[in-house]
Amino acid sequence: MRSTARTFKENAKAAVADPQLRRALDHVKSGFIGKRAKAAARLPEFDALRDAARDIKNHTLDHLDLYLERYEQNVRANGGHVHWCATAEDARAAVLEVCQRVGAKTVTKGKSMISEEIALNDHLEAHGITPIETDLGEYIIQLRHEPPSHIIAPAVHLTKDLIEADFRKEHTQFPEGRSLSEPRDLVDEARQVLRDRFLKADVGITGANFLVAETGASVIVTNEGNGDLTQVLPKVHIVVASLEKIVPNLEDLSTILRVLARSATGQEFSTYTTVSSGPKRAEDPDGPEEYHVILLDNGRTQMLGSEFHEVLRCIRCGACMNHCPVYHAIGGHAYGWVYPGPIGAVLTPALIGVEEAGSLPNASTFCGRCESVCPMRIPLPKLMRHWREREFERHLSPAAVRYGLAAWAFLACRPALYHWLVGLEMRVLGALGRRKGRFAWLPFAGGWTRHRDFPAPQGKTFQALWAERKAGRAP
Amino acid sequence: MPQDSPLEAAPAPARVGLFVTCLVDTMRPSVGFAAVKLLEDAGCRVEAPRAQTCCGQPAYNSGDRADTQALARQTVKAFEDFDYVVAPSGSCAAMIREHYPALLADDPAWSARAEQVAARTYELVSFLTDVRGVNAVEARFAGTVTYHDSCSGLRELGIQAQPRQLLATVQGLKLSEMQDSDVCCGFGGTFCVKYPEISNTMVGDKIDCIAKSGARTLLAGDLGCLMNMAGKLKRTGASVETRHVAEVLAGMTDSPAIGEAAKD
Ligand code: SF4
Repeated sequence: MRSTARTFKENAKAAVADPQLRRALDHVKSGFIGKRAKAAARLPEFDALRDAARDIKNHTLDHLDLYLERYEQNVRANGGHVHWCATAEDARAAVLEVCQRVGAKTVTKGKSMISEEIALNDHLEAHGITPIETDLGEYIIQLRHEPPSHIIAPAVHLTKDLIEADFRKEHTQFPEGRSLSEPRDLVDEARQVLRDRFLKADVGITGANFLVAETGASVIVTNEGNGDLTQVLPKVHIVVASLEKIVPNLEDLSTILRVLARSATGQEFSTYTTVSSGPKRAEDPDGPEEYHVILLDNGRTQMLGSEFHEVLRCIRCGACMNHCPVYHAIGGHAYGWVYPGPIGAVLTPALIGVEEAGSLPNASTFCGRCESVCPMRIPLPKLMRHWREREFERHLSPAAVRYGLAAWAFLACRPALYHWLVGLEMRVLGALGRRKGRFAWLPFAGGWTRHRDFPAPQGKTFQALWAERKAGRAP
Repeated sequence: MPQDSPLEAAPAPARVGLFVTCLVDTMRPSVGFAAVKLLEDAGCRVEAPRAQTCCGQPAYNSGDRADTQALARQTVKAFEDFDYVVAPSGSCAAMIREHYPALLADDPAWSARAEQVAARTYELVSFLTDVRGVNAVEARFAGTVTYHDSCSGLRELGIQAQPRQLLATVQGLKLSEMQDSDVCCGFGGTFCVKYPEISNTMVGDKIDCIAKSGARTLLAGDLGCLMNMAGKLKRTGASVETRHVAEVLAGMTDSPAIGEAAKD
C-alpha cells in the first residue's frame, strides 16, 4: 500500500469536514466502547489477565529466536513449509511463487493486516491472479478499491447506505427491486456471491492472530466463518504472518484469547477460533494438500530491544483506536497507511520511516485512553513521545518549532528574567483583553483563534501579586 | 473559626511549595490564590518559590529531552526543601510525579533528588482529600455545574472521585454530569495549534456534551483544558461560564469567569 502519511495534516483536515465519515465514526464511539467496558466489568480477573498476557508476550519476545525455531520445526513436522521473509517484497514473491507453481487463477482471502502491509492484492493482480476478499468488511472495501480504515472493522468508515449502493452497482446478477435495507440483507447477499468463489478458489490465504510454537499451528479468530472456508476448501493454504505473532503454547494462547475478543468487540470469545496445524493428513476427510507459512519480519527484529520493543506485544485488537478521540475525529484513512490510530502512530514510523510518518506520533494529545484499555498494556503515549524525541534529535521537527522551543526554554530556565518578561507581557495582554475578556484573533496564534477565542489573561501574574502580598499589600 | 471547621480534622501544619504552573501564573493568578486559600484552610503553610517557571511539558511533548531535563532540575531544586509540592493542575503534577524520575534516572547527581520531590508532589484537590483528609469545604456556589476530567489527572493520577466529593459539600451547588466527561477536550498542549482541525472537532464534541448536561458552569482542574473549552464556548456564543474547580471550592468566584469581560 502506498503511504499518504506524509500528508496527514491535509488528510485529517479533509476527514473532519466529511459529514458522512463523521456519521460512520459515531458508531465506533457508541458501539465498541460500551461493549468492551461491559465485557471487562463482567470478568473480575480481567486486569489480572491483562498482566498475564503482557508477561507471556514479554517472555516470548525475550526468547523469540528459540520460539521461532521451535515453531518452524513443528510446522515442518506437520508437513508444512515456512518461508522466512525479511521484507515485504520477499513475502510477496514467496506467495506469488506458490500461487504460480500450482497454476492458481483465483485465491480467496481471509482478513489479514499483513496482507495489507505487503500490498499483496495488487501484486497478485499484476500477475494475473484474482484475489477475493471473503471477510465482509474486506469484501466491501475491495469492491470500492479502498484500504481498510480499521484493523478489525475495515469498512467502519462506511454507512449502510453507501454499502447498499455499492452492492446494487456491482451485483447486477440480482433483481433490481430486492430489499437491501437491513444489514442482514447485505450479509446474505455477500454470502451468496462468495459461496461460489470459495468453491472455485485454487489457493486460500489467511493471516494469523497467533502462531503456536509448541504445535506449529496458526490460529485465526473471526466472527463470520469465512476464514475457515478460505483455509479448508482450496488445495493450498498460505498463512501470511509477522514473526511477533508467536506464542509459546496453547495454554498461553488461551490466556491471551481471553483478553483479545473482550478488548476488541466486547465478546467473551469470537464466534470462530480456528487452529490449523498444517496440510491434510492421510486420515483427514478434508483440508489443503499444501500448507505454507510466510513469516514476515519487515523491520520488526530491528525493534527488538529498542525503545519501541513493547509495541511488539500488540495483538491487533483495535481497542486503542476504538477509544481514541483523534481516531473518532478523523477515521483510519487519514493516517495514510495500513495501521491507523494509536497503534499505527507507533508502528507505522517503525515500518515505513519516521521521515514519512512523523506526523502520526505527533497527532496525539497524550490523553492516555489507548494505554488505559490496551490489553497488552503497551505504553502507547510513551512510545509516541519516543518518536518525537527521535525526530527532534534528527532535526526533523519543523525549524519554527525548534527555534520557538529553544527561545522559550532559554527564558524558562532563567526564572528572574522569565518572571520580569511574562509579567510585562501579561500586563499588556491583560489590558488589551480586559474589555472583552477574550481575543477573537491574536498574532502568531492562528491555530488557536481560527476555531476558538483566546481567553485574556487577568493582567498581573501570580508571582507579581504574590510578591505584593508578601510585601504586605493586596490581595 | 466555627467548631466543625475542616481545619480541625487536618493533621499537623505542613510546608507546601505551590507549583503555580505557568498557565495559572500568567493567565489566571486567581486560581493560584484559590489554591493558597484551600491549602491554608487545610492547615498548610504555603510558599510559592520564585525559582519556578514551567514544569517542561511543552518541551517534553515536543521531543526536546535536554531542555526538559534542564527544567526538571530547576523545578526539583526549587521545591526539594518542602514537605509537599502541590499544583492546581493534574498534568503538571503528573509531569513532576510520574515523569521526572524517569527523565533524570540516568543522572546520578539528580535521580534521587527527583524521586524524592516526585513522591511528595500532588495535584491540589487530591492532595486536600487524600493527604490532608479534607472531606468538606466551606463555600457557596448557587448553580448547576458540570465537571470535565482532564486526562493526565484522571489517567496518570487517578483523580475522579476527589473533586466530586468536595464539590458535593459546596452549598447551593448541583453537579450535573456530562456524557463522556472522561474524554479528552482536544487541548493537548501544542497539539491544539499543531492540529487545529482535529482539536476543533474534539472540543466541538466536548461542548456538545457540556450543553446537553444543562449546567451553567463548567469546571475542571487544568487551566489549559479550561481555556480551550472556554474559548470554544465563547466562540459559539454559549452562555456557559468556565472556571477552575479550585475557585469554586475556595468560594472565590468574584473574578470574571475564564474568557469573560471584566465587570466594571
Ligand atoms: S496497541 Fe494494544 S489496544 Fe492497540 S491494537 Fe495493539 S493490543 Fe490492541
